[in-house]
Amino acid sequence: MKQEQGRTMISVQDVSKTFTLHNQGAAVIPVMEGASLQVAAGECVALVGASGSGKSTLMRMIYGNYLSASGRIMVGDVDVASAEPREILRLRREVLGYVSQFLRVVPRVPTLDVVAEPLLAVGVGPDEARERAADLLGRLNIPERLWGLSPTTFSGGEQQRVNIARGFARQYPAMLLDEPTASLDAANREQVMQLIEEAKARGAAIVGIFHDVEARDRVCDRAVDVTGFTPAKVA
Amino acid sequence: MKDMSDIGTGPLLRVEGLAKFYGARVGCEGVAFDLYPGEVMGIVGESGSGKTTLLNCLAGHLAPDEGQVLFDRAGQLVDTVTMSEPERRMLSRTDWAFVHQHAHEGLRMNVSAGGNVGERLMGLGARHYGTIREQAVDWLGRVEIAEDRVDDRPTAFSGGMRQRLQIARNLVTGPRLVFMDEPTGGLDVSVQARLLDLLRGLVREMGLSAIIVTHDLAVVRLLADRLMVMKSGQVVETGLTDQVLDDPQHEYTQLLVSSVLQV
Repeated sequence: MKQEQGRTMISVQDVSKTFTLHNQGAAVIPVMEGASLQVAAGECVALVGASGSGKSTLMRMIYGNYLSASGRIMVGDVDVASAEPREILRLRREVLGYVSQFLRVVPRVPTLDVVAEPLLAVGVGPDEARERAADLLGRLNIPERLWGLSPTTFSGGEQQRVNIARGFARQYPAMLLDEPTASLDAANREQVMQLIEEAKARGAAIVGIFHDVEARDRVCDRAVDVTGFTPAKVA
Repeated sequence: MKDMSDIGTGPLLRVEGLAKFYGARVGCEGVAFDLYPGEVMGIVGESGSGKTTLLNCLAGHLAPDEGQVLFDRAGQLVDTVTMSEPERRMLSRTDWAFVHQHAHEGLRMNVSAGGNVGERLMGLGARHYGTIREQAVDWLGRVEIAEDRVDDRPTAFSGGMRQRLQIARNLVTGPRLVFMDEPTGGLDVSVQARLLDLLRGLVREMGLSAIIVTHDLAVVRLLADRLMVMKSGQVVETGLTDQVLDDPQHEYTQLLVSSVLQV
């Protein structure tokens, strides 16, 4: 599933975003304006900027979790900014992976199945999916005795690693990584770095938020400062 | 309407201009949407918002005053509102299923668990006792009811077990569309989680489409692909589930989402 290196995979074009808080006097808060960004296959682009400058907001817009007020967000051949829910769901199943900072799962489902789920969702056989899941959990040092338990009771660091394993279970052509190395020890951080490097090598286009500067410098090809997309009134 | 030909199939259900009035009062009004095979849609809103009225109109339990409920049969969209009663009944025994909030409304309480499941099969003409029992036991297993309970009546079951039995009874005939009215309502939380996990697995394995009415936003976040938010009989917002919950646009949805108690 190697992608052609250099082809634009993610293209954010002149995107804006406002929040309207109806229950607080219908306050309209412009949070982003003129956001543009291109990511090629095999490239990793870091979103940088101070806390509150809109890094996560932009990432959520690319994932279709937040609506865009205007502009286009092309991921492959889908414009996330105007796509129907089922087109976005298909995009998320087949093309666009997302490692968020929070693990959200159905309680009671064993960790191994949580990690295997993205594979099961695209029709990979249960044995093969669980094998891949086991491989990733092993790499991320989640002890095997925990695999049969729900991750809801795990420590924060363990949940984060389960979330990363789940995010990397499928070899997505495009990925969004929100602080994937935060609160990891050196050994696990190194594993995550390698997972990112492997994903790049097979041609994945990656957008990441890394407060860990060393990690950012190692895996990212360039940085985009989102402060430039903050509307003047707010800045 | 966008061209969806790249995805290959047409909608399983198409609803147009659906309305139901109770005298001067609006039950639901102006409801229109397409549901595609394999999609799970949640309908949320508080009590009295019209979501159950809408579900009952869709499932043929209530006659709508306006509009169409078109269902795919062999590639043709057929209006289920104007079809004959026997035709509609046939549909609800074959392609459709309905999971009630209170399991006793969807079960025969004085018939054994196996009989409850077998009855749906017999309704479709199955006559061989051995085969029916075998399928019933298989389905009870899938909903995690032990084989030694197959001859027990649902009156001897807990609330969670009754709900799982109701699901087995509904799914044994391999429906394409399942209507669910508060399927986890009234169950305690640990039982809810188990049922959610079960439903998710079944939806994925069987490629089911489902419409789920609930007031529980945590349930739709985990089960539904898409959401429809209702208030006073009107649809006020629709969209991808996580988008509607995390970036709600309408005043009412914002209120609904911000009113959820955090644990």
